[in-house]
Amino acid sequence: MSLYEQLGGDAAVNAAVDIFYRKVLQDARINRFFTGVDMAKQAAKQKAFLTMAFGGPNNYTGQDMRRGHAHLVAQGLNDSHFDAVVENLAATLKELGVSDALIAQVAAVAETTRNDVLGK
Amino acid sequence: MTTIHFAGKAYVCEPRQTLLDCLQTQGAMVPSGCRSGICQSCLMRAQEGAVPSLAQQGLSPHRAAQGYLLACCCIPEGEMTVTLPDTQGLTCAATVLQRVPLNGDICALRLHPDSPLDYRAGQYLRLYHQADTSRCYSLASVPTVDDYLEFHIRRIPGGRVSGWVHDDLQPGDRVMIGEAVGDCVYDEQLCERTLLLVGTGSGLAPLYGIVRDALSQQHTGPIWLYHGSFVAQGLYLQPELRALAARFPNFHYVPCVDRESVESQAWSARVMTALDAVMADHRSFSGYRVYLCGHPDMVNAARLKIFVGGASMSDILADPFLPSGPS
Repeated sequence: MSLYEQLGGDAAVNAAVDIFYRKVLQDARINRFFTGVDMAKQAAKQKAFLTMAFGGPNNYTGQDMRRGHAHLVAQGLNDSHFDAVVENLAATLKELGVSDALIAQVAAVAETTRNDVLGK
Repeated sequence: MTTIHFAGKAYVCEPRQTLLDCLQTQGAMVPSGCRSGICQSCLMRAQEGAVPSLAQQGLSPHRAAQGYLLACCCIPEGEMTVTLPDTQGLTCAATVLQRVPLNGDICALRLHPDSPLDYRAGQYLRLYHQADTSRCYSLASVPTVDDYLEFHIRRIPGGRVSGWVHDDLQPGDRVMIGEAVGDCVYDEQLCERTLLLVGTGSGLAPLYGIVRDALSQQHTGPIWLYHGSFVAQGLYLQPELRALAARFPNFHYVPCVDRESVESQAWSARVMTALDAVMADHRSFSGYRVYLCGHPDMVNAARLKIFVGGASMSDILADPFLPSGPS
């Protein structure tokens, strides 16, 4: 069974997206990167990101990740902010009762995007 | 192999090819993002032809019923005619019935369409002054309650369409309107949930429709309506809303003003912004269905606070009144 199936597929993503986005918006380390964005569109992007991190269907490329975050890198986005997002992701899954072993797998998938997100 | 009609051109769609691939590989400009049915960048609308159910997964039932689809998940089963959601659809002629002043700078415009308009309370449509001069206005009427279309139109200084409505339109005049669109509508499946409606200025229009739609469908959960205005003179429909609140114990009407005055005291309006009053009255928004209409700054601030306060993002429906573009 794939990671995505073990987590519960699309229903799990739907359960996680509000909790995750709420944590991100309340996290003083990173919420300045989200001020002034269209929240409804941003929520759809958060869902796409979670689907990818959960090992679900996606067609994101490294180039998409680079392009999508370049303006934030210019504003100072760095490893500490990336770590904060992964931390919020793990806390979200913990809250939903996901096992530590699966959380580690999700974090590992998210980790594969680090260099592209940070434009390294 | 089938044919897709888009923006006046015909495109050949290969078997098992998605609508998005079909259009993009043949040079049509269609926005796209995740190509997985999630980001909804490639939202389109079918005007003709069957829509595969897979292409509507994740869309609201209301949007699905209107023929919206995600092009990246749509493998056409036959000939289709599709449009991008922003492009203007069909228009219909209507007759002006009445123009009623509501306060110093907002009037109600009532129209009778030549053919019945398919709409839901809370949606908006385009009102044409001339073919190239039009503005979007929210409907304040309810199809099952009112036998006319009603709009609340604020006079914008120098505004071409609002000035024409306020100064020139007379009963009997003929106007053109577009089709009704928008997701800010009542959902009768949620009849036990708490509804929270927050509007500023003429943002009351769609909320007035949604509230009356909900009450006419025997909504049993609490309904809170906050209407914010800078001064008391900007509040309107107070007698009607107070009468509704007296008749329906589950409906609460809360007028709010930024600046206190003799009138605001007489009308027992709260002296704070509508959003501050909302935050003072409600501890958590978990399980709430929320409607936000009016000034974009209010809408954005309210969406953030109410979401962080526990409402699900999918339960926050908003209709920011954005300034018109060049046309």
